[in-house]
Amino acid sequence: MTYETVIGLEVHAQLLTKTKIFCGCSTRFGQEPNSNTCPICLGMPGTLPVLNKKVVEYAMRMAHATHCRINRTSTWARKNYFYPDLPKGYQITQFDHPLAEAGYVDIETGGVKKRIGITRIHMEEDAGKSIHDDLSGSSYVDLNRAAVPLIEIVSEPDMRAPEEAAQYLRRLHEILVYLEICDGNMEEGSFRCDANISLRPEGQEAFGIRSELKNMNSFNNVQHALEYEILRQRAILERGDQVVQETRLWDASQGLTHSMRGKEEAHDYRYFPEPDLVPIVISDAWEEEIRAALPELPMEKRARFINKYGIPPYDAGVLTASRALADYYEEVVRLCERPKIASNWVMGDLLAYLNEAKLEIGESPVLPAALAQLIGIIGDGTISGKIAKEVFEGMWQSGKQPKEIVEEKGLVQITDTGELEKIVEGVLDAHQKQLEQYRAGKDQLFGFFVGQTMKATGGKANPEIVNELLKKKLSMS
Amino acid sequence: MELNRLTIHELQERLRDGTITSVEITESVYRRIASVEDRVHAYITLTQEAATEQARAADRRIQEGAGGALTGIPIALKDVLSTQGVRTTCGSRTLENFIPPYDATVVKKLKDAGAVFVGKTNMDEFAMGSSTETSRFGITKNPWDLERIPGGSSGGSAAAVAADECIASLGTDTGGSIRQPAALCGVVGLKPTYGRVSRFGLVAFASSLDQIGPITKDVEDCAIMMNAICGHDPQDSTSVPTEVPDYRTCLSRDIEGWTIGIPKEYFVEGVDPEIRASIDTAIKTLEGLGARCLDISLPHTEYCIATYYIIAPSEASSNLARYDGVRYGFRAPDGENLLDMYKKTRSSGFGAEVKRRIMIGTYSLSSGYYDAYYKKASQVRALIRDDFDRAFTKCDVILTPATPTPAFRIGEKMDDPLQMYLYDIFTLSANLAGVPGISVPCGYTKGGLPLGVQFMAGHFQEEKLLQIASAYEKNSDKEKRTPDL
Repeated sequence: MTYETVIGLEVHAQLLTKTKIFCGCSTRFGQEPNSNTCPICLGMPGTLPVLNKKVVEYAMRMAHATHCRINRTSTWARKNYFYPDLPKGYQITQFDHPLAEAGYVDIETGGVKKRIGITRIHMEEDAGKSIHDDLSGSSYVDLNRAAVPLIEIVSEPDMRAPEEAAQYLRRLHEILVYLEICDGNMEEGSFRCDANISLRPEGQEAFGIRSELKNMNSFNNVQHALEYEILRQRAILERGDQVVQETRLWDASQGLTHSMRGKEEAHDYRYFPEPDLVPIVISDAWEEEIRAALPELPMEKRARFINKYGIPPYDAGVLTASRALADYYEEVVRLCERPKIASNWVMGDLLAYLNEAKLEIGESPVLPAALAQLIGIIGDGTISGKIAKEVFEGMWQSGKQPKEIVEEKGLVQITDTGELEKIVEGVLDAHQKQLEQYRAGKDQLFGFFVGQTMKATGGKANPEIVNELLKKKLSMS
Repeated sequence: MELNRLTIHELQERLRDGTITSVEITESVYRRIASVEDRVHAYITLTQEAATEQARAADRRIQEGAGGALTGIPIALKDVLSTQGVRTTCGSRTLENFIPPYDATVVKKLKDAGAVFVGKTNMDEFAMGSSTETSRFGITKNPWDLERIPGGSSGGSAAAVAADECIASLGTDTGGSIRQPAALCGVVGLKPTYGRVSRFGLVAFASSLDQIGPITKDVEDCAIMMNAICGHDPQDSTSVPTEVPDYRTCLSRDIEGWTIGIPKEYFVEGVDPEIRASIDTAIKTLEGLGARCLDISLPHTEYCIATYYIIAPSEASSNLARYDGVRYGFRAPDGENLLDMYKKTRSSGFGAEVKRRIMIGTYSLSSGYYDAYYKKASQVRALIRDDFDRAFTKCDVILTPATPTPAFRIGEKMDDPLQMYLYDIFTLSANLAGVPGISVPCGYTKGGLPLGVQFMAGHFQEEKLLQIASAYEKNSDKEKRTPDL
């Protein structure tokens, strides 16, 4: 029997607000344990939460960017469970009236476009961190992360393959980072994903029994865990057994999932309305203010780059991977007015150098103006494309302008036809044997003569003129 | 002259004209405590040293011509209000040694006003109880009859005022915990509108019902205390940003032409005949002042107790989850693992009544029961609130007995939680509806136990309560007695 896979994802994204969701403590990562805490986020008796308005604004940005309906009134709820890193014994979250509902994200896998529904986006507080020391047998609690703001983005069970899930995640990640509301760091846990996955016989409408996967901290892990889970569940179904509804942990080192807790051990979170906070009321004006301030999103930018600059979709995809890279590219194009060549340089040499040096685009020693100048002097024939590579290396290392380097090193292209004609004649004289072979019909030797001419000029000869001259000389018998 | 017997406004006059000092008042209060506290047991913690310092500072302030209505006045705080540097136990083993690093907003406001803090008063554990018998720190006695309960949960605060062991106090009221002990101890107690006073620093029992309010010797003192504690607080999202009037200005106004609603559901079988008689007399007095009585109905009254005992324990079960022994407070020493530590800590940290309510609340919120209990109770609560809103379109205030009987004997209801719960029958509707209520003394039983009448008004209409209470207080022919200790 063939089975269809059904996947839904729950993504938790930490918001980049300066302070926590219900108190004034810093959200900065990597501080001394328990230093970013106060009586409120420690859950001390008598303290009360006060909502950080920025959290709502950031969540509204994401809601807009994913085409969700923002509810005029949404409410807070308490999710009750005991754990040492949960100071109040409950998490303040949103339950039956979330901030936003019914949105979508478009993805494309293998050239096929697909729309993935978003059920809801809600705000909540993060828990602290428990650190278990196996050697001493002790556990430690760090509450710096307690009450750091999160949004949870819940998808519809619309994905049918692990690649779709990975693609959907990449899109969400990209949007969050574009909106500058999440740093997207998966290793530090700023962007986390749980997956619900089930299999059903092809053609069956009812969903199969699902398992929930946790502990996947990279896009690849998500895809691998889902691939593994498909194999595991299919094997169970093909044996004629039933999949057990449970939560499973992905073990990246072993490449498999194992059971964490079954349905019977599932928590009863006893959700109820949070009495310490008033409902969140969003006015038309506030919503409009957020909408108006929204930056251009990756998909829109991609489409605009293709239309406006006439570059291939692949180029547009690479160049819009981050807002900073797209801005860099657009600045280069504005100054040199050669979109495709600019794209080649940014995607090619520039990204290669950046990757090699492990630098972000914002840290590039070559600024857009310098790259634009380089493209300009290639275009006007001052230097050849080949020499330009050498010039770029000089720019990268020295931070100097391309014209400066060209002048210092004397790299100006030789375009004087008379001068080049003498050099070409010299090359032909020096290679009589090859000349005879060429004339005997060995056409491929044309490239040899070009190469020899370039070599003789230290690469500075204008290749077009060289071609022309060689054609003229070789056709003379 | 025994300064501790005087009211805030009487003392304030003398402080201002320089005939007495705050240090003298404070000394007289502690002398009184030294002589009666072993019999009354109103306090869990006394802070005499700090109080003396505060009194000296108040005297300097008064000498400089500064200071306000509460400067230099010794006030007692219910031990559920957080006090920076002073342990705040909530009457529980769980917080036996808990010293908050912050002040409750009301404490801060009183501090800024120059008040002197006498100590922290006894209470039912986490304010769960109607008699102050569930405290971890012993039972408070009713100063009028030491074999009887002072009421609860703010029994210590009411007894301390009645026994002149302070000039005024703060209590908290989740289902009647200010008004009921005030009635049983013969003093004035006001529960403000939900949202009128900041709850920041009030250790939560049931967050949607809890309010802080004053317990005082007379209505004028009550107004003075209200002026000091009311107002919006950015640290409490449920505190309402409406303007706070000067509550003293309404005290001298008459109630000519007022309509007093008499809800028939509050005058039923089971109300003590002596209370019934004293309420009837009070009604006559008020009619004599030009008010008109109107029979009204609060039709959902019969569901109040059931509704309350779903909502309050549900919220409590969640509010008390933080006492897990991990970060602060009591931790059982012999936990074998995390779960065992939780169980042992909470089993021995909480008393029987608190555990009972945590269990009721946990059950009510559980999946499969939520709709039948918590959700249903929330719906009924809305109906109860509607009852009040409708009633206040027809009348200025509602008058009811504060309690069904005078103070009962210690131990009488401890084995019967349901009887104990029923004792709050006249007060907890105000909490469910969020409206303010005041309990004012209205005479004594033949045996000499004080009785109280309750007035309730619409949201943020505390002025009406103080106005009618003041008019009644001035014109009641009941003689003013003091307990014989």
